[in-house]
Amino acid sequence: MTMSSQNESDGPVSEGVAISVRNLRVSYSDREVLHGVTFDVNAGETMVILGGSGSGKSTLLRTLMGLEKPSGGEIWIRGKNLCCISAHDMAELRKKLGVSFQSGALFGSMTVGENVALPLREHTRLDDSTIEVMVRLKLEEVGLSGYEDYIPAQLSGGMKKRAAVARALAMDPEVLFFDEPSAGLDPIIAAGIDDLILKLKKAFRMTIVVVTHELASAFLIADRMILVDKGNIIALGTVEELKSSQQPRVRQFLDRVPEPDVAEDEGFLDRLTERLRL
Amino acid sequence: MARKKRRSAAFSRSLLAPQPEIRLVSVTETVGQATIDGLAYLGDLTILTGRSLHAVVIAPFQGQRMRVERAIHQAMAVGVGAIPILSLISFFIGTILALQSAYELRRFGAMEFVANAVAVSMTRELGPLMTAIVVIGRSGSAFAAEIGTMKVNEEIDALQTMALDPVHFLVAPKFVAMALMLPCLTTWADFMGVLGGSAFGVAGAGFTFSSYIRTTLSALVFRDIITGLIKSVMFGMVITAVGCQEGLSTGLGAEQVGRSTTSAVVKSIFLVVLVDLVFTMLFYLTAPHS
Repeated sequence: MTMSSQNESDGPVSEGVAISVRNLRVSYSDREVLHGVTFDVNAGETMVILGGSGSGKSTLLRTLMGLEKPSGGEIWIRGKNLCCISAHDMAELRKKLGVSFQSGALFGSMTVGENVALPLREHTRLDDSTIEVMVRLKLEEVGLSGYEDYIPAQLSGGMKKRAAVARALAMDPEVLFFDEPSAGLDPIIAAGIDDLILKLKKAFRMTIVVVTHELASAFLIADRMILVDKGNIIALGTVEELKSSQQPRVRQFLDRVPEPDVAEDEGFLDRLTERLRL
Repeated sequence: MARKKRRSAAFSRSLLAPQPEIRLVSVTETVGQATIDGLAYLGDLTILTGRSLHAVVIAPFQGQRMRVERAIHQAMAVGVGAIPILSLISFFIGTILALQSAYELRRFGAMEFVANAVAVSMTRELGPLMTAIVVIGRSGSAFAAEIGTMKVNEEIDALQTMALDPVHFLVAPKFVAMALMLPCLTTWADFMGVLGGSAFGVAGAGFTFSSYIRTTLSALVFRDIITGLIKSVMFGMVITAVGCQEGLSTGLGAEQVGRSTTSAVVKSIFLVVLVDLVFTMLFYLTAPHS
């Protein structure tokens, strides 16, 4: 088990590091959700951010994507510090990042083809026929060829996620973010999405960051994993390192053991009465 | 076991125990807070309007795309779609105005002024106002619902991660559509109102259709029409700003979309009336005395 111990003076970017997070703090009004998180994502690796509900893992991902402002610390992506980047540089950086949202977040008023074409139409000067070919290619990559003219509402959950991945791939991103890729999908479709992520990793050597709470999926796709608990990283390492960890909180998460005071009636009642200060 | 029982009893007692008294918030504090919230909201609307105007007027000169097709699509939805219901309402309002003014005017034997009353009331006030109300119901609410649903479905986040500014992409075309379509719709509403007035004019006030139209044209001055159109542009800005702001500030969950839509309609109506009051006062104060 290797906890990242680099401090800020180490320099934000070193060779082979795609994303560098230093002492990151995020707060919603006066409640701090992330309490100084530090880690690196190497170029070309798949980093899985694991954590329970409310652990802060989704906030971490949203902050990496520049959707939340950190209250402290630094995020370096492709040599740019997200915390003090200009709007123009942020826009340029974002063109190199692809995001697949939990719900797919496809634009309901556009067809699947138009969804995939949107970033190309907005950010490139390619003509319509080239864009059309590229859309077909991207849809083929995710196994959705022939679905260009469908509207998102006509697609199943798994297909929506695949279409969202195709849109995320449209600009040939260097870093791909996945938010809960297998949430709400049946095991077979979820396995298909895992397979797609593995295929992308192999074929394009992309840096992939996945947030999930699905253990099986995480173990399958990850090169390295982070376990986030109550706004802190409690473990960081390869799949084997995490699996062999003896840290109680890590074991509890990996062995799917419920919180002790929820496990038995007496403890549950104790916790309630304590909260009500009886 | 005994401990468990004790705890259970204590837990039940705690639920039944009287809650601590809620502090009465003073009236001034409430009024003060409401004022601050109101001013902050107006500030948000101003920022949104400013950013949209920047996207429409300045950004194209900085090499950014103008989304003309989106603006045309919105203009069709806002403008063309509203014509049937707006025509009907304006026609009836015109007839009602004629009836109401005739009620007073016939006591003085001045029925020939019915056409004047309808013309001036429609062009200066009721044309722009009724158009705004219809557009709020059709489009202001739709803007809030559309953007609110996109917010809930993470589509706004998706736009941002694709380096597309939601204000440029979604809001600015709506501003363009509204600023263009509201004056057009208002002009149409004025016309239909006059037509509605003529229905009574011909049937009950001794006009012929052509004499009614002639009287209307001679009663109107350019200023009547232009003040109504200036107001309609302002109403369009208010309706778009409120609808989009409510959509963008939608919280999580489907019921929040409903809340945003309701809020957009209520706030738009209030602000349109407020803007109407301010502009009517301005026009009154700047009118030439004769």
